[in-house]
Order: sequence, then structure tokens, then C-alpha cells
Amino acid sequence: MPKIKMPKNSPSIDMTPMVDLAFLLVTFFMLISQFRAEEAAVIDMPSSVSDLKIPEKDLMMVLVDKEDKVYFNITGQEIRAKVLEKMSEKYSVVFNEEQKKEFSNMASFGVPMKSLSAYLSASSSERKKIQEKSEGIPTDTTGVCELCDWVYNGRTLAPRFRVAIKGDQLTSYPKIRRVMDIMQDKTINRFNLITNMEVGPGE
Amino acid sequence: MADVNTGDGGGGDKKHGKRRAKKSSTRIDMTPMVDLGFLLLTFFILTTTFNKPQAMEISMPVKDENLKIKDQNKVPAEHTFNMLLTKNNVVYWYFGMADPNIGALPALNKTSYSKDGLRKVLITENNKRHNTYVQIEAWEKEVEAGKLTKEEFRTKKNEHQVNFKTSMLIVLIKPDKDAKYRNIVDALDEMAICNVGTYALLESTPVEDQMITNANTYVK
Repeated sequence: MPKIKMPKNSPSIDMTPMVDLAFLLVTFFMLISQFRAEEAAVIDMPSSVSDLKIPEKDLMMVLVDKEDKVYFNITGQEIRAKVLEKMSEKYSVVFNEEQKKEFSNMASFGVPMKSLSAYLSASSSERKKIQEKSEGIPTDTTGVCELCDWVYNGRTLAPRFRVAIKGDQLTSYPKIRRVMDIMQDKTINRFNLITNMEVGPGE
Repeated sequence: MADVNTGDGGGGDKKHGKRRAKKSSTRIDMTPMVDLGFLLLTFFILTTTFNKPQAMEISMPVKDENLKIKDQNKVPAEHTFNMLLTKNNVVYWYFGMADPNIGALPALNKTSYSKDGLRKVLITENNKRHNTYVQIEAWEKEVEAGKLTKEEFRTKKNEHQVNFKTSMLIVLIKPDKDAKYRNIVDALDEMAICNVGTYALLESTPVEDQMITNANTYVK
């Protein structure tokens, strides 16, 4: 009986189409992804049915986390540098060139002026520690209201920027009210509340 | 003259000298490249955020200390729907005014932010007044069907709201100090869903705070 010869097939397959596809996808994701600087605040936004998109640039944002700490963020490196300059004049805190550069490149921050200098020179892990210890940007009604000055300077230097409030689901109402009051004091009467997309239909 | 051509230079020993190009396979091992490709792919998939956050726009009234009382808008009490937002995701609501100098304090009704809670109340109250909700819903359907352009829809909606301006439902959202940010966003959402044209975000008065405290103890 003659032996049945199995056809000797090469086990290697042509991977070219797969590679093509993979690199196509890589290119796609590379082009659409935007890297953003790490946010200092961890915020779980409430959801809403509103479908207004918030712009990525030309935006001034006040963030409030669930412990009622207040953070501030404004887009654009030039604007950031200018705002910092004004603030350092007002609070007579001096920043060196490196700190200024660091400030214009980062995202939101939530430390008072007196610890901002140390915050800017710190490494990213130290920053987290400083952030945790700090009570956020002061918004006192009677004492120092640094947020008022941040918002005021942001508004005067970039009058056409959109203003947004990003609050956590569990942020208490009085704090949000205080932030809104500060906005109104600075004649910002229209602002956006940043929310997530509603999860399910209806409720 | 120096000649570069070496073709026939050697002449005699053709049999030995001709060098054959090595016959190697044209296939290269693509596995590392594929590995790298997929590694990058995974990285970019994971770091990309697709959904941009949404936002709701809110306009607050201009703060003006000089605004005289006679210039302020008077709101008819019977159409004023007061929403008191408080802790544990509870909403109390009542119509009219809570002022002990005017009359007895209104009774509070308790509800929640769910579909059958606040929304039901708002839609019912809204429909009592010129079928506003039903009417706008109907127009929205017409827009979807293509019978009505968006422009027409907007003008009709505005007209409706202007025509019945004095008898439309007016909602006052009054969160107390225990309310959470989420509650406010939920309440504002309901305004959008129930087509409430006029609403305002206010602060609760001391009388209302007292009412909430009482209600928390007695209303089940």
C-alpha cells in the first residue's frame, strides 16, 4: 500500500495584509489622538442630556472636586504666562523663568499663591503630595479670594474665552454657588457647566 | 586611459571567475515589525479619548445693586413652581410663596429626580397650562418628519412662550446647603426635558430652610 503523502505546506502565512491594517490603524489613532497634560483634579462629572460640545481651546475653567477644593485652568501658553505675571505682581510672589515655563505648559492646578512656587519646581510625584495637602485655591468671601483674581485676570486678558465650571457629582452646592457668585461679580453671566453624556435614555 | 570597465579585462579564465549573486530568499521575517505595530496600536487605542465632555449653558441674571424693586419682574404666584433641593437626593416642591406674613405656609410635596418623580410633576403642571409640553413635543415630531424646519420650530416655540408669558409655568430652583452639584445638574436637565421656558437658580430663603427641616422630620 502506498503511503499517503501529506502535502508539505509551509506553516508561515502571508502577514502583509495584517501588517497593512495594523499600521493603518496606528496612523489613524496617532492622527486623532491629542495628548493632554495631566489634570491635577480627579473629577467625576454628573451626566446630563445636554449635547452642547465644549471647545478644547479658548476656555477658562474652574474645577471643583468632591472635597470642595477649587482648581483653575486656562488654555493657551501665552495667556497663561501673562496671567501668572499679573498674579505674581499682585501677590508679590516671584517666579523664575523655569517655573514660568512650567506653568504655561501644565493644565489645571489647585494650590494657593504661597505654595505655587514650590508646586511648580516639584516633580510630578511631589506635586501630587502638595496638591493633596493644599486646600485648593482660596475663595473666601472676607479674606483672600485668589480665585477672584485668577478669574479677573483671565477675563481681562482673554475677554472672548468661554467660561466653564466643572464640578464633581458630590460637590456641595454652597461651593458651586460661591464660584458662580465670583463669576457674576466679574460680570461673567453666561457660563457652561461641564457634564458627561447621559448614560441611558430617559433617566 | 584608466578604464573602469572590468567586463572583458580578465579575458581567459571566465569559467572560474564569474561570481554568482547569492540566491537568498526575498522574504524577510516580519514578526518583530508586526509586534511593534500592534504595540503602538494598543497604545494609541488606550490613550485616545473619544467622547469629548458635554456642557450645558446657563445664563445668570446680571448682578446690579441699583436695581429698584419696582423694576424687578413680578412673577404670578399661582404659576410659580418652587423646587427645594436638599440632601439624600430629595426634592420638595410647592406652588406660590412661602412667606408667613402673607398667609399660611404651603405644604411641601416630596419627590425624587427619577423619571416618575419630578418629570411627571413638571409635565403634568406644564400641560395644565396651554398644553405646552404636548404642543412642543408635537412640533418636535413634525421637525423629525420633515414637515417643519428648525427655524419654524424655534419661532413657533418662542411665539408660544411669548403668548402665554403671564400664565406659563415658572420654575424656581432653590438648592439648600445640603444639595449636591449633581442635583442641580439633574434639575436643570429636567427643565430641558420638560420644555420649561422660564426657570431660575436661586437660593433658598430661611423660611424655606425651616420648612425643609420640618418636612425632613414629618413628611414620609
